Amino acid sequence: MTKYDAIVIGAGHNGLISSSYLAKAGKRVLVVDALNQAGGCASTKAFANGFHISDCAQWVHQLDEKIVKELSLEMHGLRLGEAKRTIALQSSGDHLIVDGDSLSGAGISAADKKAYKAFRRQMQVFAKLMLKLYRTRAPKMVDADWGDRMTLLSLGLGLKMMGRRNMRDMMRLVLINIYDVMNEHFEHDGLKAAIALDAITGTNMGPRSPNTVFTYIHRMVGEALGNRGVSQVMGGMGSLGGALLSSAKTQGVEVRLGEAVTRIIKTGDRVMGVELSSGDTLEAIAVVSSVDPTRTYRDLLGYRNIEAGQARRVEQYRTRSGTGKLHLALSGLPSFVGVSPDDHSQRLIIAPCMDAMEAGLNPIKYGELTSQHVFDISIPSIEDPTLAPAGQHVLTALVHYVPHELKTGWDNNESAREQLLQSLLAQLEVYAPGIRELIIASEVRVPEDFEASHGVTGGNWHHGELSIDQALMMRPFPGSTQYTGSVVGLYLCGAGSHPGGSLMGLAGKNAAEEILKQGVLS
Amino acid sequence: MSAAERKTMLLTTPFHSRVEQYCELNDWGLWQGYTTPNSYFDMELEYFAIRSTAGVLDLSPMNKYRILGPDAEAFLNRLVTRDVTKIGVDRVGYAVWCNDGGELMDDGTIFHLAEDDYRLCSYMRADDWLEWNASGFDVTINNESDDIAALAVQGPVSCTILTLIGCEGLNELKPFGIARFDFEGVEMMVSRTGFTGDLGYEVWIDPSKANALWDQLFDKGRDYLIKPIGSHALHVARIEAGFLQANVDFVPAEIAVRPGRTRTPLEMGLDWQVDFNKSLFNGRAALVKQREEGLRYRFVLLDVEGNKPAEHSFIYKNGKQIGIVTSAAWCPTAKSNLAFAQVEMPHGAVGDEFVAEIYYQRELQWTRLMAPCKVIDGPLFNPPRKRQTPAPAH
Ligand SMILES: Cc1cc2nc3c(=O)[nH]c(=O)nc-3n(C[C@H](O)[C@H](O)[C@H](O)COP(=O)(O)OP(=O)(O)OC[C@H]3O[C@@H](n4cnc5c(N)ncnc54)[C@H](O)[C@@H]3O)c2cc1C
Repeated sequence: MTKYDAIVIGAGHNGLISSSYLAKAGKRVLVVDALNQAGGCASTKAFANGFHISDCAQWVHQLDEKIVKELSLEMHGLRLGEAKRTIALQSSGDHLIVDGDSLSGAGISAADKKAYKAFRRQMQVFAKLMLKLYRTRAPKMVDADWGDRMTLLSLGLGLKMMGRRNMRDMMRLVLINIYDVMNEHFEHDGLKAAIALDAITGTNMGPRSPNTVFTYIHRMVGEALGNRGVSQVMGGMGSLGGALLSSAKTQGVEVRLGEAVTRIIKTGDRVMGVELSSGDTLEAIAVVSSVDPTRTYRDLLGYRNIEAGQARRVEQYRTRSGTGKLHLALSGLPSFVGVSPDDHSQRLIIAPCMDAMEAGLNPIKYGELTSQHVFDISIPSIEDPTLAPAGQHVLTALVHYVPHELKTGWDNNESAREQLLQSLLAQLEVYAPGIRELIIASEVRVPEDFEASHGVTGGNWHHGELSIDQALMMRPFPGSTQYTGSVVGLYLCGAGSHPGGSLMGLAGKNAAEEILKQGVLS
Repeated sequence: MSAAERKTMLLTTPFHSRVEQYCELNDWGLWQGYTTPNSYFDMELEYFAIRSTAGVLDLSPMNKYRILGPDAEAFLNRLVTRDVTKIGVDRVGYAVWCNDGGELMDDGTIFHLAEDDYRLCSYMRADDWLEWNASGFDVTINNESDDIAALAVQGPVSCTILTLIGCEGLNELKPFGIARFDFEGVEMMVSRTGFTGDLGYEVWIDPSKANALWDQLFDKGRDYLIKPIGSHALHVARIEAGFLQANVDFVPAEIAVRPGRTRTPLEMGLDWQVDFNKSLFNGRAALVKQREEGLRYRFVLLDVEGNKPAEHSFIYKNGKQIGIVTSAAWCPTAKSNLAFAQVEMPHGAVGDEFVAEIYYQRELQWTRLMAPCKVIDGPLFNPPRKRQTPAPAH
């Protein structure tokens, strides 16, 4: 039987990036994915007749420029759209426009404009420092080895270099909530909410949840990685998967799609390989899983194959998501009041004020639907007409908050889905009257749908909540940090490992570097 | 009920009405939430009952967990450090268990009652830990601590007395074996196990029969000088027999607060309990690492000069403190002043000599004694009758 250096489970962006870096270093790598296409959550799907949508992730805002270059993704077909402005829709029709450092519209005050620049500058400093930590494995505090101490040293130095005020602020801010910080800095409710949206996106937290400044800085790392605002991927998000796949193949990575790994095979205290849904078993020195930690340990390895304390940590790892999506196929361009036709291609958000966001979170804690949602809307067919028949459009929106566990259950619960759909459309109509009449097809996606379609526990954006207790040197949980745990030869490389989720690629790259550094492969 | 009416906030065992009646000294102690006698009438005479006739100890406060289901064996095998597959049906095995850090949590006994059916007896409450351990296993775990009354009957005439109350053929039961008998229409389970290092049995029965069992034992055993024994007498017997005690000789990991206070089984002289051939058990990775990197401590049996028990003594080597005593007693049968101690590595090889700093008081006067002591290979009390089958008749 052929023996691989590494079998990577999951051909999502992190799995492919890990594979590519391992193969670049001359290793024999196989990547396997249960789905028929590569990209994982970076996927495009045909929707209604002649429409295509990014059916999971919709924006690029975090992708590492360096990885794009090193893996020649542009040569392999990756094309990012323009950097988009954020238009925060206000019920008055006088919208707030956020473009990098500058704000306009919505009667925004000079004081807010100034404060916004200062706030961003500070956040950029923090994000830059955070990026230092993101570019390498997170150092262990206890049992730190030489490499870890260097990271800590450079971090400490970085903190000091920020100056006393920044340093003090970072220590204070990182654990508190975005709600208080917004109120400290700004006057305009719409502005506060627009910023808070970036802090809560992909989490199960509200603006008043502790930790939401940390998640905001996480998002800001995207800028430090070379992104400006958000962009769409031409051809739909699946094209990112396609480019990564093509690049990986060029590096010599073997790929098997449409075959699920059913089991990670462990003999003694080490992994031997994997078993596939076809019944095939494949051997490898290392098994590198980009599947979320819960699935990896609970379902693929099995609790009975790890120590009980570790199993307990997996059980306690929080994976509940509050993120859903709305997908619409439209017979024409909708008209958002106060938005020029050209600007409909920008990022449109509906987040009137932070209190409404927080109120929207409350019902989902109890498994109920909320009637106040936060929308992050993309109409990608304007910039990329290939996504819809001529003159027609697709609209996708990230929607918060949608309960992962509905009291009445999501399974076959058409009435709850219909209720959610109607509620979302009613809220959209306030800003885009008449949008209902354009709808050719519609779909709501709740967290557990992403669990079913993309194999992500809890449908969680980050493969597990990105909160301080599950981040950095604790990601995903103690005993499984630095991309490996107690099972010899088993590595994690997905969003559930440091530095976490979004289309970024650092988890995949760092993991590959760590494996190579350990020198365990042939 | 007011506290005064309740008399005590402690729990009582199914034997309490009898225990209370026999506890002439009214010297009560605390055992995991239960009130049990430290001594009944005379600690030394109780000890001598264990060694020369039969002593009866109320074991009921012991935590008892029933583990049932197709994965019961696999579950236990991941839980404890030893190989559970080697405990046959109707056999009992001593076992210790660790957390993921390899830190000792507790020790106890595993009773293999039937296929896919075990009972785990532990010193600590283990409900949470067992529940956590059950993830991924097809097992059910029931805390049956209150559903079973248990007595230890230990000593040279224990078999004879138990035979008189209806345990026909008990003398054929091998050490660590389990046998079942009828007692007034209910099943009475008897295991040849105990904590005294002597011929002895533990008797397990429905609480409704607790009083009847006690009465019959003391009735049939009167001529054989059967005596109830308290925890103080047991303490001496177990030291003599070389048995360590959770929460005395080591701090169970669950309740240790200060860093560095826990010990691994390797550091407690329990390496014989750790089966590294098993590919997985809780703490394995940490213990493999410790085995490679070396131990911090060694658990030793000390023979201390003189007759003053070296209780809580510091242990010195060349004037430097290198250890502490965790249990100590003058052991009458072994005619030795014994102590268990934790000493820092590399000290503690058999034959190593130290000094124990012993304080004792006579009429308000404290005296400090620097007693030479020596690491010995134990246990000192190890009579053939402990192992003989059939058990010798008296
Ligand atoms: C609803 C939603 C919207 C999002 N929107 C955005 C966004 O707009 N912008 C952004 O940057 N990020 C977004 N994210 C987050 C981002 O998509 C993820 O963090 C990221 O895609 C994770 O990448 P990954 O490679 O680590 O894992 P994934 O992309 O999840 O890939 C894991 C792969 O493993 C495969 N797999 C699972 N189980 C098995 C098995 N047993 N055998 C074989 N293969 C298996 C899956 O099929 C999948 O392809 C969103 C996430 C969600 C859930």
